[in-house]
Amino acid sequence: MTRWLLMAAAMLSAVASHAASQEWRAEVSAELRAFTESPVDTRQHGANLSLSAEVEYHNAWDDGRHALTVRPFVRVDQHDDKRTHADLREAVWTFHDRGFEVRLGVDKVFWGVTEVYHLVDIINQTDVLENPDGEQKLGQPMLKLSRETDLGTIDLFLLPWFREREYPGKQGRPRTQPRIADELSSYSSDQGRHHVDVALRWSKNLGDWDLGIAHFRGTGREPRLLPGFDGDGELVLKPRYDVIRQTSMDLQGVVDSWLWKLEALTRSDAEDDFIAATGGVEYTFYGVADSSSDIGVLAEVMWDERGEAATSPFNRDAFLGVRWVANDVDGTELLAGVVSDWNNGSRFINVEASRRIGNDIKVGLQARAWAAVDRQDTLYGLRRDDYVELKLTRYF
Amino acid sequence: MRTEIGLCFAFALSLTGVVVAESDADKGLAIAVEADRRDTGFHDFRAELTMLLRNRHGEESSRIMRSQSIEVENDGDKTLIIFDEPRDVQGTALLTYSHKTGDDDQWLYLPALKRVKRIASSNKSGPFMGSEFAYEDLASQEIEKYTYRYVKDDEIDGQSTFVIERDPVDENSGYKRQWVWIDKAEYRPLKIEFYDRKDSLLKTLVFSDYQQYLDQYWRAERMYMENHQTGKSTLLTWKTYEFRVGLADSDFTKNSLKRAK
Repeated sequence: MTRWLLMAAAMLSAVASHAASQEWRAEVSAELRAFTESPVDTRQHGANLSLSAEVEYHNAWDDGRHALTVRPFVRVDQHDDKRTHADLREAVWTFHDRGFEVRLGVDKVFWGVTEVYHLVDIINQTDVLENPDGEQKLGQPMLKLSRETDLGTIDLFLLPWFREREYPGKQGRPRTQPRIADELSSYSSDQGRHHVDVALRWSKNLGDWDLGIAHFRGTGREPRLLPGFDGDGELVLKPRYDVIRQTSMDLQGVVDSWLWKLEALTRSDAEDDFIAATGGVEYTFYGVADSSSDIGVLAEVMWDERGEAATSPFNRDAFLGVRWVANDVDGTELLAGVVSDWNNGSRFINVEASRRIGNDIKVGLQARAWAAVDRQDTLYGLRRDDYVELKLTRYF
Repeated sequence: MRTEIGLCFAFALSLTGVVVAESDADKGLAIAVEADRRDTGFHDFRAELTMLLRNRHGEESSRIMRSQSIEVENDGDKTLIIFDEPRDVQGTALLTYSHKTGDDDQWLYLPALKRVKRIASSNKSGPFMGSEFAYEDLASQEIEKYTYRYVKDDEIDGQSTFVIERDPVDENSGYKRQWVWIDKAEYRPLKIEFYDRKDSLLKTLVFSDYQQYLDQYWRAERMYMENHQTGKSTLLTWKTYEFRVGLADSDFTKNSLKRAK
């Protein structure tokens, strides 16, 4: 830790001693969730109000070769004390010169191409508290070295500190039943969260296709959930983290108005040796009916060799969706779709829409529903957690 | 003697006839090639852009961006556009590898998700950021993207111009044809009329406030696009042009998108 502090101090003094371009930005959001049914657990609520804020400081110097970005995030939640949380999303020093790049600090990295399920994305832990859709991530301490050559880009990651997945508390909603007690997380490795993870990725643009191949060795981001009891003697699910090896590929191609997407991996953990894949297509109709609107049709399939025993609910599922982009001044967009489990018939319905109001305000609407959820499905606990969320964000 | 002269005259006339028959296409192409030649060799540049969008009721909305481009030998330019406003898309960046033939390659970087998304760039006619500029209007203008025909000579604000018609080769283009007014002195576009697929006049783009850089390259500081069918308009203003700032190919990669701020 002392080393990190020294490094931070050195970075700051380097920043202070250079004439640099500094930038501040911030966003504040208010979010209201309303649930359509009574909760499974009586400690949960029918409506929830929540506020969040994010500030970003960015400083670049030496003609942009060096940069420092710091981005803290905080949320205050009306009912769920677990969801009242803070995170350092980013605190990273970047150096780049002629195709060589170093990133040191807390950062966020995304791998993948599909819309619904981010199968191969593994560097950052998912921030489940923020949104059950898995799009939000926790900052990950790392050293990243990149080299771009004609033969592709090589990224090498050293990840010295593991971030546990944090789950909604007793009053949190939506959440699994029974609750996942992250305070009872355990590790199969003696080193626990101090296990140093490594990852290597090669990626290349091949004209109309983008290909990435990666290998990860370290603590799996997705825990196994084991039944147990918490301090109050209540039945809970306890996360168990294994050291895994994973080799993955992601491929995306563009052919006229078609986008082709494929993610696949093979992973070995303490229990299993398995393969999983997700992929699909997106076809876009541009300028529909002589308007400036685009309508895209999306179809994706999610498959996991482990079936119902998978750590992910997307194991035998198919997604069908529609994206409408108005291309108007207010940036109006809508994405609606259904994920169906073809093994047990469970369905997850998702609608997301957003538009700008003026230059600095954005309004977003999300509606989520779980239908015919099978008892065997991981999402069974969410069967009565259908909700509508209205979110207002002001940018500064 | 008389017949010989007559024959010679007739021969010369038929020669001219052949030349004239080919010349509309040839002359159109020659003008486009000369304009392109004069704008080649800048290597790289960067600039700041502001778009002022106005609808038919006079309501306004603005966009602020930064753009940088690098020339690629024997192919189209590479361009990176970074958005500053509106605030909700701040940090979003668009990377384009334009090609002389075939679709351009395009990637969009979404900073909130740290995600680089591939875009199907067959979407040429779509509006750029809700403006009256389509993606293809802002794309690198390569010779091979059109076929040409010289139309006539004309005059704009006292400057004598060629008028050439150019027809997009790509069937995904939103236009059937464009008429381009190019000034004879410097081979700069002064005006473009865009005709939609049904061949009705869709938009007019007027270039003004030209400045010369490195004693060679002309850039219009103001580009005013008016849509005649919707009554909307967009004023695109370019500021702080800098040429040969030492940009390299490594400033136009997917990794560089993620560094864009």
